[in-house]
Amino acid sequence: MVRVDGGGSSNSLIKARGLGKNYSRGGEQIHVLQALNLDVEQGEFVAFMGPSGSGKTTLLNLLGGLDVPSAGSITVAGDEITNMSRSKLTQWRARHVGFVFQMYNLIPVLTAFQNVELPLLLTSLSKAQRRKHVETALGVVGLSDRIHHFPRQLSGGQEQRVTIARAIVSDPTFLLCDEPTGDLDRKSADEIMELILRLVKEYKKTVLMVTHDPLVAARADVTLHLEKGVLVEADRLQTVSSGGAR
Amino acid sequence: MKFIGLIRANLFRKKVRLLLTLGSFAVAMCLFGLLVVIRGAFNQGIDVAGANRLVSYNRIGLINPLPLSYRDRILQVPGVTGVTHQNWFGGVYQDPKNFFPQFVIDPESQRKMYPEFNIPDDQWQNFLKDRQGAIVGAFTAKKFGWKVGDRIPIQGTFLPGTWEFNIDGIYHGTRANDDESQFWFQWDNFENYIETKKITRYLGMVGWYTIKIDNPDNALRVAKAVDSLFANSDYETHTDSEANFAAGFAKQMGNIQFLILSIGSIVFFTLLLVTGNTMAIAVRERTSELAVLKAVGYSDRFVLLLVLFESMVIAAFGGVLGLLAAKGFTLLPANVNPIRSFFPLLYLSAGMFAVGVTAALTVGLVSGVLPAFGAMRLRVVDALRRV
Repeated sequence: MVRVDGGGSSNSLIKARGLGKNYSRGGEQIHVLQALNLDVEQGEFVAFMGPSGSGKTTLLNLLGGLDVPSAGSITVAGDEITNMSRSKLTQWRARHVGFVFQMYNLIPVLTAFQNVELPLLLTSLSKAQRRKHVETALGVVGLSDRIHHFPRQLSGGQEQRVTIARAIVSDPTFLLCDEPTGDLDRKSADEIMELILRLVKEYKKTVLMVTHDPLVAARADVTLHLEKGVLVEADRLQTVSSGGAR
Repeated sequence: MKFIGLIRANLFRKKVRLLLTLGSFAVAMCLFGLLVVIRGAFNQGIDVAGANRLVSYNRIGLINPLPLSYRDRILQVPGVTGVTHQNWFGGVYQDPKNFFPQFVIDPESQRKMYPEFNIPDDQWQNFLKDRQGAIVGAFTAKKFGWKVGDRIPIQGTFLPGTWEFNIDGIYHGTRANDDESQFWFQWDNFENYIETKKITRYLGMVGWYTIKIDNPDNALRVAKAVDSLFANSDYETHTDSEANFAAGFAKQMGNIQFLILSIGSIVFFTLLLVTGNTMAIAVRERTSELAVLKAVGYSDRFVLLLVLFESMVIAAFGGVLGLLAAKGFTLLPANVNPIRSFFPLLYLSAGMFAVGVTAALTVGLVSGVLPAFGAMRLRVVDALRRV
């Protein structure tokens, strides 16, 4: 069960304690995240919401090992990533994290197959094994018939599916999705959300997702709001808001 | 090998730009090749000069002759094992543009002096028996389509009249950069003309002497001995190694050489800057893609090597293309390659080709280093924020 009070169980898949992130801009210190706690268990689907600049993407980057915190610690599946060197962190990302970006970030000169194959090139899998994995991943996202298409030959929704296939192809520990539907129309967004839900339900994937869209967030098991650098659960936020209104 | 697809896709991402970058590299390296060729042509005499040969000429200047009687006295100098003499002829075949060096030679001593020039024995024997005979280098023979048995007219310049020669033989150099453009004819023929026409200035006079010595270490001593032999005479000599003699010729065109090399070098350097800049732009355009590679687990070092490798592949292909073009230029026949009128031997050696490829790879490495380091240091978070 997702918790933000620092009291999660010891077997949480993702555990953040006292997480802080500061930026220095023009000599001024900006505290984006402050003493943030988070516990996420295996197979949970968590959505993060909050106003622009509230630190949602920063939090995702920290959890994905793309950035290092100014304070606190992050432990994923027993590995504390906050003290890892840059190269160790890179290796760790390759094994444990699947990224889905808002702008898809596919390599335009590679086909869907080649884009999905990218993470596998770092493994010791044979060419035939890689092919099998890629075809499976593209099959899961429903793009078996677009395997040799280049990104420019695909719609936005299809591109995002390729991104998801690339994220899951190496069977990572968890997926980080940064506004995965932010650049899509409602229909495509729904399809992508269906796909993510299927990954959670059928394949027991743990998904952490940043979104601005309440309808998208509503599909997650739990929605957390980032307010002034700390996480607040949605229902609690609602209670606080209602209480404030009374 | 499994990353070849990624590298190939990146290289062919913008075909026009790839073509232009390859083209600019090829032009730069072709220029490099041509500079090497022209420099080699200027210094050709030095490169092929025999270490055991000296040249003795009139101290006042090469244009002034020396008495034929010096030959026997030079032969007496300790360390001298052979002497031959030559005269410059300077005739014109059909058109003054058809330049090739013509020398009056003493056949017997000439052949001993220059073993690097290969002439079939039967041709040589015919030449010895034929007062109007001539031996011509393979390059010049090919240039004018001459073959053994042809009779060719050459118009004298400072020795006027039409001189008819029989091509008795064709010589080939035994080394790749030997001069195969010369035209030799008999001293007897020349002497007969001088005597008949009573040209006293050249009567019993030779242009210069080439002296063979027993040991290159004795060159300085022998040169001094020869010069002191004729000191304070009407025809004082200046004796130098064959290499220095050739270098003196090259030095006469020193300013032209300097000019060609400096302009060439500036153009070469400018092209390199342009190429480096193109590569930097190519990397900058891919910032987000490189960031994604890093996000999915590619190391900083991999990204560094990827960019460097791409840069070096372009450099290698462009470089080899350019050097092949330069090589092709040196092989063009004289009628379509005007430079050959001045430098019959245009030659890009395998060694210099390899130096060119190494230079191209080095340039590829250098021009790729800054973009590659930028890519390596790129922080994923910053790069993705820029998208």
